[in-house]
Amino acid sequence: MDEVQRDSLLDASGIAKSFGAVRALSDASLHVARGQVVALMGANGAGKSTFVKIITGALRPDSGKVLIRGEEARVGSPAQARRSGLVPVYQEPSLIPDLDVADNLRLGDTPVEPFLNWVNELGVGGLRLDHMIADLPLATLRILDLARALAAEPDVLLLDEMTAALPTDLVENVLRVVRAQADEGRGVIYISHRFTEISELCDSATVLRDGRSVGDLKIEPGVEGRVVEMMLGAKIDLGARETGGARAKEGTPRIRARGLAVAPKVTDVSLDLYPGEVLGVVALEGQGQDEVFDVLAGFRRPTSGTFEVDGSPVSFGHPADAISAGLTFVPGDRAEALLRERSVHENIALPFSARVGSWGPLKARHERERVGHAIDKLQIDTRAKGEVQRLSGGNQQKVTIGRWLAHGVETLLLFDPTRGIDVRTKRQIYPLVRELADQGAAVLFYTSELEEVPLACDRAVVIFNGRVVDVIDAAEADEETLMRAAYGLTEDKAAS
Amino acid sequence: MSIHPEQTAASDPRLVRFGRYLADNPVIPLIAFLFFLIGVLEVMRPGIVLPFLGGREGIISTFWVGNLIKFAIPLAMIAACQVLTMLTAGIDLSAGIVATCSAFVCATLMPLMGPVPAVLIAMAVGMIVGLVNGFGVGVVRVHPLIMTLGTGLIATGCLQVYQRFVIATGTEIPAFLEWLGTGRTFAMPNGLFLFVPFAIFVIWLMRATGFGRLLFALGSNEHAAKLSGVRSWQVFLALYALSGLIASVAGLLYLGMIRAPSLSLANPLMLPSVAAAVIGGTSIFGGRGSFAGAIVGALILRVIDTMLTLLQMPEGARIALFGLIILLVTALYVRITGTR
Repeated sequence: MDEVQRDSLLDASGIAKSFGAVRALSDASLHVARGQVVALMGANGAGKSTFVKIITGALRPDSGKVLIRGEEARVGSPAQARRSGLVPVYQEPSLIPDLDVADNLRLGDTPVEPFLNWVNELGVGGLRLDHMIADLPLATLRILDLARALAAEPDVLLLDEMTAALPTDLVENVLRVVRAQADEGRGVIYISHRFTEISELCDSATVLRDGRSVGDLKIEPGVEGRVVEMMLGAKIDLGARETGGARAKEGTPRIRARGLAVAPKVTDVSLDLYPGEVLGVVALEGQGQDEVFDVLAGFRRPTSGTFEVDGSPVSFGHPADAISAGLTFVPGDRAEALLRERSVHENIALPFSARVGSWGPLKARHERERVGHAIDKLQIDTRAKGEVQRLSGGNQQKVTIGRWLAHGVETLLLFDPTRGIDVRTKRQIYPLVRELADQGAAVLFYTSELEEVPLACDRAVVIFNGRVVDVIDAAEADEETLMRAAYGLTEDKAAS
Repeated sequence: MSIHPEQTAASDPRLVRFGRYLADNPVIPLIAFLFFLIGVLEVMRPGIVLPFLGGREGIISTFWVGNLIKFAIPLAMIAACQVLTMLTAGIDLSAGIVATCSAFVCATLMPLMGPVPAVLIAMAVGMIVGLVNGFGVGVVRVHPLIMTLGTGLIATGCLQVYQRFVIATGTEIPAFLEWLGTGRTFAMPNGLFLFVPFAIFVIWLMRATGFGRLLFALGSNEHAAKLSGVRSWQVFLALYALSGLIASVAGLLYLGMIRAPSLSLANPLMLPSVAAAVIGGTSIFGGRGSFAGAIVGALILRVIDTMLTLLQMPEGARIALFGLIILLVTALYVRITGTR
């Protein structure tokens, strides 16, 4: 026991944190000893990012304590955490784009010599100190971030999705260097979705679920299955699927994508979406699904690959092009889609006025009919209809969907439409999506909550690390299958 | 789950509730404020508004009211440029200069070409500056403040160059502009024949057309508008061209009113036009605004101007005080309503 105490580098226990009524963490803990690489795992929404923010001092916990080397650390700020020996490397590069490398090092008091040694060690050649950060590729930036952290000689290194944007050779270098750090007696917290890396690098894994630590596992062959089991929790009853199974897919697909790539994240996405079907997209956060939806909705052009709508090739330069082709998009962030201080009616009727030809007098009666129909259909609570921002989150989300319902739905691109809304609203949305498909619409449905996939979808494509790795019959899939697929644990099968 | 306005309203302090009421219905309290100011004016100089109090004939001085309206009209028209552009979180700082340019071009071309071509060319000048603004804001995505300030400066320079060419021709003002600017019908200024249909048009444009809806939408959330298929550059191009056109019409009317074209004729209307729009409840951050409010705002500024004239201060001090009052009133209004 004494030995454990002495060797312990970081002990966080009983950490709880609420944001208003939302309890993000209830009892999270994590222990890192000298020479250990600990994986921190959890499904979307398990509380990982809140936990990381607390460990690194960006947030204060409501209760619980963080001990560093056995002493209670007052990590009130990221700078304090750094001083007590904990250095994080976040998913987003933390270098200032408008300064050169040398200035960035000066800002963080990073010694130059060791920094350059680490950059070399990590396999990035030809870096000059007067390079502007903005001119460097993302992969290089991540390496620079890591080198900077290593040059600070931390006791505990926290790596958040370190390998997400890296090519394979750099990933290998990173794993080697990180392992060596641990072998020299330092501690590493490694956050990743990739089991292959975790089994190669880590000694143990701590699994978070619904804001609490549900287990510490030793990494050994076959541990993946147990981790997945742990990440799945008790289920909320989301209702039963109302309509039947997958329908026959025949004729021309509404959307056919082949080998879509969007640098740097998406490398190879192919999918077919047929009229009358709800095609799920299963992916962990940041696997490239955002970029794929952006391409389909006309917000950006793919770097390569082809994309057809109803058999004819398209390339959208603006969402207006996508809408003309019948592809309408509901983004994950409601704030992106709504005119907050305008009325429900105006928000829903907005697309009616989009084209120059419809800038003239509003067709009041026509609009009222269509908008009224959408409001009825979605059962939008319109007691506060004067300003959308006074509506509840669920009702706001319904407004974003109602906009396309009123406009007419051919192909609906739903990006996480149930994020952060109440169960009742969720249960209204699935049957609606099914109904739209039954009426001949094609729906692409990404959700961060896996248990929704069998309820709403016919098939589901699995995107992992920028590629479609699998296509699943969604109506039959249980959550464990989906979770394994999302973590890239099924064998690669090219989508067809 | 939903937050109802009446629940939140009850818990807020009184000033906040009053501010929200002002923000939602800007026109009624503004009219009350206007009458309050007129009352103050009457106290300062008994009989100016209500002649019988000064021992003269008549209950209300239609002459004074007509004068107030007459000078508020060009200000309200340029304020329309600000309201429309501010709806999209923009601004048109070239409007005053465009009005000046149009007036000057019209007055100098009149002796050469006659009234109709002179007026048409003057309006075309306004349109062209507006189109350049629209191109800069919508396509190149320069910030409207910088863009319109820049085109305003360019237009000022061009006007000076232009003046050298036409210096010999002399100026003349089309008769119908003079009639509009100075004539009266039943004691009311003839400018209303232009202004009333204009005001109805602007309010209709904002409330009952697709274009108006897009102005609100772009100011409220441009990303959401894009998502709904709105190509914003088209809207910006049309908007700033319209703003330029309105400014040039205002300049022509002002020319008929002042009857002395100069290189800075309508420039002093610039700051008051922004102030009139803001006092009238238009947010410079976009998405909220009313032209009716701006009209009342213009009237309020004119009453304040009259008060300062009555104080018989030197011109410089008067202008300085006018600027100060505009800033104070606007700041106070913004403070109370929580708009900006």
